Amino acid sequence: MPTLDTSTEPSGARRVGDLTPDLLLTGEHHLCPGCGEPLALRCLLDTITDLEVTTQTIGVVGIGCYTAFTTSIDVDLVQALHGRAPSVATGIKRMRPDAVVFTLQGDGDMVNEGLQEVLHTAARGEAVTCVLLNNGVFGETGGHMTATTVLGQRTKNTIDGREAEYHGYPILIGDLISRLEGASYVARGSVHNAGAVARTKKMVRRALESQRRGDGFSFVEVLTMCPTGWFIPTGESPEYLHETLGAVHVMGELKVDGRVKTTDELHTENVARQREVEARLAAGGLDG
Amino acid sequence: MTTIAVRGAERRLMEGSEAIALASIAAGCRFFAGYPMTPFTEVLEHFARYLPEVGGTCINAESELEAVGMAWGALATGARAATGSTGQGLSLMQESFAEITLAELPLVIFNLARGQGDYFQATRGGGHGDYRHLVLAPVDITEAVELTQLAFHLADRWRNPVLVYGDYLTAHVEESVSVDPIDFGPVPDKDWAVDGATTGTGHAKLLSPLGLAKFGAEPIGIEAHLRRIVAKQHEIERTEARAETGYLDDAETVVVAFGSPARFVRSVVRDLREAGERVGFVRPITLWPFPADAVAAAAGARTVAVFELSAGQLIDDVRLAVLGRAPVVGIGGISTDGSGFGVGRLLDVETIRDRVLAVHRGGADAALPPLPDNERTLW
Ligand code: SF4
Repeated sequence: MPTLDTSTEPSGARRVGDLTPDLLLTGEHHLCPGCGEPLALRCLLDTITDLEVTTQTIGVVGIGCYTAFTTSIDVDLVQALHGRAPSVATGIKRMRPDAVVFTLQGDGDMVNEGLQEVLHTAARGEAVTCVLLNNGVFGETGGHMTATTVLGQRTKNTIDGREAEYHGYPILIGDLISRLEGASYVARGSVHNAGAVARTKKMVRRALESQRRGDGFSFVEVLTMCPTGWFIPTGESPEYLHETLGAVHVMGELKVDGRVKTTDELHTENVARQREVEARLAAGGLDG
Repeated sequence: MTTIAVRGAERRLMEGSEAIALASIAAGCRFFAGYPMTPFTEVLEHFARYLPEVGGTCINAESELEAVGMAWGALATGARAATGSTGQGLSLMQESFAEITLAELPLVIFNLARGQGDYFQATRGGGHGDYRHLVLAPVDITEAVELTQLAFHLADRWRNPVLVYGDYLTAHVEESVSVDPIDFGPVPDKDWAVDGATTGTGHAKLLSPLGLAKFGAEPIGIEAHLRRIVAKQHEIERTEARAETGYLDDAETVVVAFGSPARFVRSVVRDLREAGERVGFVRPITLWPFPADAVAAAAGARTVAVFELSAGQLIDDVRLAVLGRAPVVGIGGISTDGSGFGVGRLLDVETIRDRVLAVHRGGADAALPPLPDNERTLW
């Protein structure tokens, strides 16, 4: 059996503490082990630091498990009502046009309660960035169906899985927003593995850059794990995310520079990307 | 400091909606968001016209829900900001009103209402939880100019929303007014406002209705947060009540009324006084805090009559102030035009005089003349 020598630090290793984003405050939190939301948050915080816009960034946070982040991130924040963050962000941006303004919302917040808010804000082309943490359930209430729950997905009020006939179809919010003239950049990321996290971080960067250029509204949806709300073992949740939600809410850049991509195009791109990764792995690794 | 020439500084005939928009701008309001609805619509129109002239922003929001959300964001940056509608539109905003109060943001709200049936909405609030708004009810356009500016001052002074409650007449009657900036004295610094500058400094700000604090800051907790707001609201109750009274000393009948209808009542009472009748009036200017002391002073009268254009809402507060020391009767009622905008035939000096006199002569049990009916129905 292979063993790992832990008596000394391996060369080139970094401690977890070294990877803590500058904008993350440490303290007690109540998020579940295996939750995907902190990974998405990390993408956002690191990007704010990387773009050197720290002292001009204001966030607006909705209501969900991620509301806990309001106490744990060193960012000027406004707590909004469930669903209403995009309007609050609009008011902030209009009064402080030089600020980098983002919202952080869940699927229940943005796609259920406040759908009109995000659509109108996008259509208006407000130069703000809305970040959606999409796990297809109301995590905070204990795992109930949202407007993005995919067909077949089990939740507390779709015990045998979401059925189109009875519960209707999920909304593909990124696709909807990408069709609006005022939206300049729209992307859907995921945090089910390290590669996906790296891709998502690039999306967040492009969204914030687009905001800074004043191109219009930018949007990044991030698929996140919610093992608690899905009632599955923590270790299985990344794969579950990829295979269930990820199969319907397809990852990729849905709109760049005004060009909208269809789900089929994203699929094709993702398959090609996967092949390339596999080929590089077979050829000796992903380095470089 | 830049000085911006105040539009409206020259006295001229101006309708209430224009005066309200100009008075807001004179008070430093730089953001407004609203959704059109009669009779409020022209307030929005005037903000849309005048705010850009002073570098401000007016957004024709896609819904009332979004209008109040946008104002919330603008307030968070420290700007003076307002929203408004009719009572119907304000119904849609109630959730935000409740939370904005708990987040201690100085929102100014205009209700250009369809009648006076929004008294409960204004003074009790239609939202959730323990919260109160200061409510100012102008009697005419001149007072609307003053109270609009006072609203922005009080909102900042107390970090609490202030509602200006007018009606169709407040919005659309033209009066000769000038809009001059009024200095109500200093207000606390907005050191809580977010501008992004504290992000990443270890002292980032959080504007939360939930009593949360960032790691490292002294935690507040929801209970202490709510209690602090309640204590503040008790202080407002103690210090901010305002009323106009007339002829109370020897009045046998005292009429209580607020807003535009109080202007009719005041005129009726003055005429009756000139005719030698011992009648008086109390006009609450603040509906919350309710000027209970001024109304209690009327308790020595034989009868306290309440004139309001609703089924009877203000009358509850009058009864609470009078505390059974005099009979309190309602002499108003539902009266509206065919469109439902709250301008009915009851709003007529002769008609009101007959009703006041009926109570004045016959006491609390007197039969009132029948309510005049509206002549036509539009729909
Ligand atoms: S319930 Fe789901 S979303 Fe909420 S903290 Fe737990 S895992 Fe995360």
